[in-house]
Amino acid sequence: MYRVRLWSVRHARGLNLLYRILENLLVALRPLGRVLGGGERLERPMAAVERGVKGLMFDCKMCGQCVLSSTGMSCPMNCPKQLRNGPCGGVRANGHCEVLPEMKCVWVLAWEGSQRIPGGTESLQRVQFAVDRRLQGKSSWLRAVRERVAGAAK
Amino acid sequence: MKFGDEPAPGAPLPMLPGHVSPGRFERVLRAGAFAVTAELAPPDSADPEEVYARARIFDGYVDAINATDGSGANCHMSSMGVCALLTRVGYAPIMQISCRDRNRIGIQGDILGASAMGVCNVLCLTGDGVQAGDHPQAKPVFDLDSVSLLGLARTLRDEQRFQSGRKLSFAPRVFLGAAENPCAPPFDWRARRLLKKIEAGAQFIQTQYVYDVPMLRRFLQQLEDLGGIDRVFLLIGVGPLRSAKAAEWMRTNVPGIHVPDALIARLRGAQDQAREGRNICVELIQEIHGLRGVHGVHVMAYRQEETVAEVIDRSGVLAGRVPWYPTRDTPQQSSELTADKVAS
Repeated sequence: MYRVRLWSVRHARGLNLLYRILENLLVALRPLGRVLGGGERLERPMAAVERGVKGLMFDCKMCGQCVLSSTGMSCPMNCPKQLRNGPCGGVRANGHCEVLPEMKCVWVLAWEGSQRIPGGTESLQRVQFAVDRRLQGKSSWLRAVRERVAGAAK
Repeated sequence: MKFGDEPAPGAPLPMLPGHVSPGRFERVLRAGAFAVTAELAPPDSADPEEVYARARIFDGYVDAINATDGSGANCHMSSMGVCALLTRVGYAPIMQISCRDRNRIGIQGDILGASAMGVCNVLCLTGDGVQAGDHPQAKPVFDLDSVSLLGLARTLRDEQRFQSGRKLSFAPRVFLGAAENPCAPPFDWRARRLLKKIEAGAQFIQTQYVYDVPMLRRFLQQLEDLGGIDRVFLLIGVGPLRSAKAAEWMRTNVPGIHVPDALIARLRGAQDQAREGRNICVELIQEIHGLRGVHGVHVMAYRQEETVAEVIDRSGVLAGRVPWYPTRDTPQQSSELTADKVAS
């Protein structure tokens, strides 16, 4: 929902914090996850939860590789051009979208939101690779946990 | 600028140390000249002569010609096709690639093909949305964005492989460019965003039209504060406004174009508005020429391409330099270069 999405950007700082807590929680709950059958079996229920929660909060499109924390809690997949690295040159003078004039530019919001997150504007500078379209519909929370555990194991 | 090692038209120039492409556009910039590029409007036609006629208009005034890729999401001859024709006679095209119409499989193949045909410059663009053009019912692709496209092109060139990791037996030798719009929100982010494009691989930048020099100055100052000045060759977009009405239409209907009210008032007050539009363009170019961190201008004179020579000539930015064109060094030949003659 557009209005909830705007609210989420206004509360980017708190939501980003909540996200970190959630990630830590999921990492801590990993043994429980294994009892429940591991990542594969958790994939579908987890994706369903994500779809519901993130769909409401951010108009999440389930790209499966969430970058919300690096984009001021403004989901880049709502950009009609699905840009992952910042605004195009067509942003209107009032900060609205070139394609959807009634919508505020996702990246203007990202810029606002990222200033509310410590280190947010620096993370906007990170070059995001092209989306892996195979991950569409998959849980990015489980993926984040897997990546973090794999990173720690290295 | 005349190089001692001019090749036969269509053949690549020898690569100079520190260069990434065998092209004259990169040479002109690295030699420190103030470069001029212009946009060629691709024809709605399959006739090569229409392309050559549109290129000839710029002879002697531009260092490179941009071949647009369905700009404004309108259908025209492809940038790949235009570039193929231009390289046959030796022009230095800048092939624009938009992410709107092709995915990463198509685009990587196109970069290889273009380089094989002698295209030395690639401008990586996101592209206009399909709603802006004459086929709004089309499916927008946007598999990549301009930054990930830059990264992909650089991987092809510098790591000699596809994104998949599969090796190339010969890497494309292309000078990589990107676009920026100093006059669109979020203003405080634009200079940083340019840095991001540099990080991703951009070596030259061609901007959207700039009609507001104070705004450009602020942008350049921000770029300087961030240490981005002279890390990239910056060409500022300019173009003559045909009339006050056209200027107003443009700023209302073309996303990302900012024309200050004062300029529109000046046009409206002029007897000959088209001439005043060219005067403004000349003044803008001269003012931009003096700015630190600017390495050239990119002239976009849509449907008034014949004005480019006059505007550049009057601005004096070439300082007596005559950019290469197919008959520059052989004036005894006919200036009529057609596809037939090239083939013979």
